[in-house]
Amino acid sequence: MGDDPGLMTVLLAMFAGAIRVSTPFLFVSLGEMLTEKSGRINLGLEGTLVFGAMSGYAISYHTGSPWLGVLVAGLCGSLFGALHGYLCKLPKVNDIAIGIAMMLFGTGLAFFFGKPYIQPSAPRLPSISFGTWSDHPAVRQALEINPLFLLGIALAIFLWWALKNTRYGLIIRTTGDSAPAALALGIHVDRVRLLSTMAGGFFAGIGGSFLSLYYPGSWTEGLSSGQGLMAVALVIFARWNPIYCFWAALLFGAAGALGPALQSIGISRGYHFFNAAPYILTLLIMIASTSPRRSLKGAPGELSITK
Amino acid sequence: MAETTEAPGLTVQSGFLSELFDRFRRSAEFVVIPLLALIVSGVLFSIFLLLVGKSPADFFALVWRGGFGTSFSWQNTLVRSAPLIFTALCVAIPARLGLVIIGGEGALVLGGFAAATIAIPMIDWAPAYLLLGVMAIAAMMAGGIWIGIVGALRHYRGVNETIASLLMFYIAVSILNFFVEGALRDPSDPNKPSTKPLGADNMIGVIPGTDVHWGLLIGILLCCALYLLMNRTTFGFAAQIAGGNLRAAQAQGLPVGKLMVISCAIAGACAGLAGFFEVAAIHGKANASLIAGYGFTGILVSFLARHNPLVIVPVAIFLGGIAASGGLVQRRMDLPDATVLVLQGLLFLVILVSETFYGRLSFFRSKGAA
Repeated sequence: MGDDPGLMTVLLAMFAGAIRVSTPFLFVSLGEMLTEKSGRINLGLEGTLVFGAMSGYAISYHTGSPWLGVLVAGLCGSLFGALHGYLCKLPKVNDIAIGIAMMLFGTGLAFFFGKPYIQPSAPRLPSISFGTWSDHPAVRQALEINPLFLLGIALAIFLWWALKNTRYGLIIRTTGDSAPAALALGIHVDRVRLLSTMAGGFFAGIGGSFLSLYYPGSWTEGLSSGQGLMAVALVIFARWNPIYCFWAALLFGAAGALGPALQSIGISRGYHFFNAAPYILTLLIMIASTSPRRSLKGAPGELSITK
Repeated sequence: MAETTEAPGLTVQSGFLSELFDRFRRSAEFVVIPLLALIVSGVLFSIFLLLVGKSPADFFALVWRGGFGTSFSWQNTLVRSAPLIFTALCVAIPARLGLVIIGGEGALVLGGFAAATIAIPMIDWAPAYLLLGVMAIAAMMAGGIWIGIVGALRHYRGVNETIASLLMFYIAVSILNFFVEGALRDPSDPNKPSTKPLGADNMIGVIPGTDVHWGLLIGILLCCALYLLMNRTTFGFAAQIAGGNLRAAQAQGLPVGKLMVISCAIAGACAGLAGFFEVAAIHGKANASLIAGYGFTGILVSFLARHNPLVIVPVAIFLGGIAASGGLVQRRMDLPDATVLVLQGLLFLVILVSETFYGRLSFFRSKGAA
């Protein structure tokens, strides 16, 4: 450690924070990526995330098993995805507007049913210690890693491989790039999109359960602060590539950990702006990485936001 | 809709009457479908209430009483409707160009903040009308620039306006908190961090005979003005073309970028005015109470009104009434305050789904014109 304990502490806290904060980003962005690959955008994942956080916490509280909570959160998420996917296939129904409505609906339902769970404390997810080799408590604490983070990495790699190399990946990509072409191949476009949105909702629900069951680790109504929507921007930044989604999620996690890390060494002046860092970063990234003239590399052709 | 040619031959005997009837029947679509959607969402919400073991009849009776039943509840409703009118306009105007702006809350917050901030050095010497005028202009400029940036980013950089406007909301909140808890905090207020209060003499008064401030009337007038702008002027027509088909508009030589930025700036100015009235008529100062969700309910209002400025007024009053009854429902029925959110979300979904029925129900089509 030596000369500059302040900087070391901040960097270590940001590293640990990046891993913790990035996990929900990772899951939601992978879910959003999959949905968008099939040609639809689901802005409702913010609502899914909040409902996942609530349902995961409630199930963990009632059954004593946080992992069951994670599973139920995912299942609830896929129900929301199914609703979104079903409604969007109706003619003249706009997927972005439905997403905004789902955001309101999901958040409302989560707050409605979540009221009794604000006080009690539910069993939380365990973490795996990778830092036993170090005798420094801060390092050890930083290397307490949640299995969901590792699962997220595995999922990112799997999705990257599956989209590229499997039949189902090809079907999803074709549906997302050109619905007429998919139709000509005999693919049920609406069904593929419904299933992709459901799978996306499943991942987002898991991301939500991480928020309530690990970090910050309790259910409150202010739990999510736009992570579900920032994930949409993150997917654009990651160019619809699952591996890039992982790196982007880490970056967002580090930005989100900046405020608390600085506060931990006593820098609190302007912490409102440090807390706003993820939003400012997202906006700057969107400004830097999009262009009005050419379509983005890797963007699904059917996607309404990039057309 | 598309059927402008009248059917000849078949209805010769009573040509005029049947033509009138046909025209009525086709425009009835725009009344009947939203009404049906309201009923369907009412039924779905009743089922939801039954599932959680509450009585829908009690609920709707309480909403009626809390929102529209007495003159007191009417005034409460109207006070809540005023900001909804402004924030709904923030969604409706860009929607004509096909833009979905959901960050009106940010423009509201910054508008209120700008109004309260510019007032600080003026409170002691400026007469009330000058102070309020300067505050209103500051609020409109702050909101207009804020959402105008979103429009500019969309046109010149291709940044998705929906996400950008929401991110800008979070940034606006952090700007408000930074200054209100820091440099601009009024040290004489020990409770909630706030800017220096305007003082009772400088507040906007109420419409005589009511408890409703002038913001409601200004909002209604603004709706009429913007209706005329979007439906009766070259600007509105150009905006409509750009919203219908961007490439066609560009091919026609329409200044699409300018249209987008100006529409967004007008929209942001409307939301900024909402913030101004919240500060100048309700709170008397800027603080975190500005973040009350009016900007987000305004999205729902605008979609329910199908982005028509004139329809926004009754819809805002309707949703303002539901919000006003929230407290009563919460106390009497032991329901969480999020009940209103669930109802709003359901209403939003059903209204969006009802879009699919326009032009597809045979009842509303004129005979033989299909």
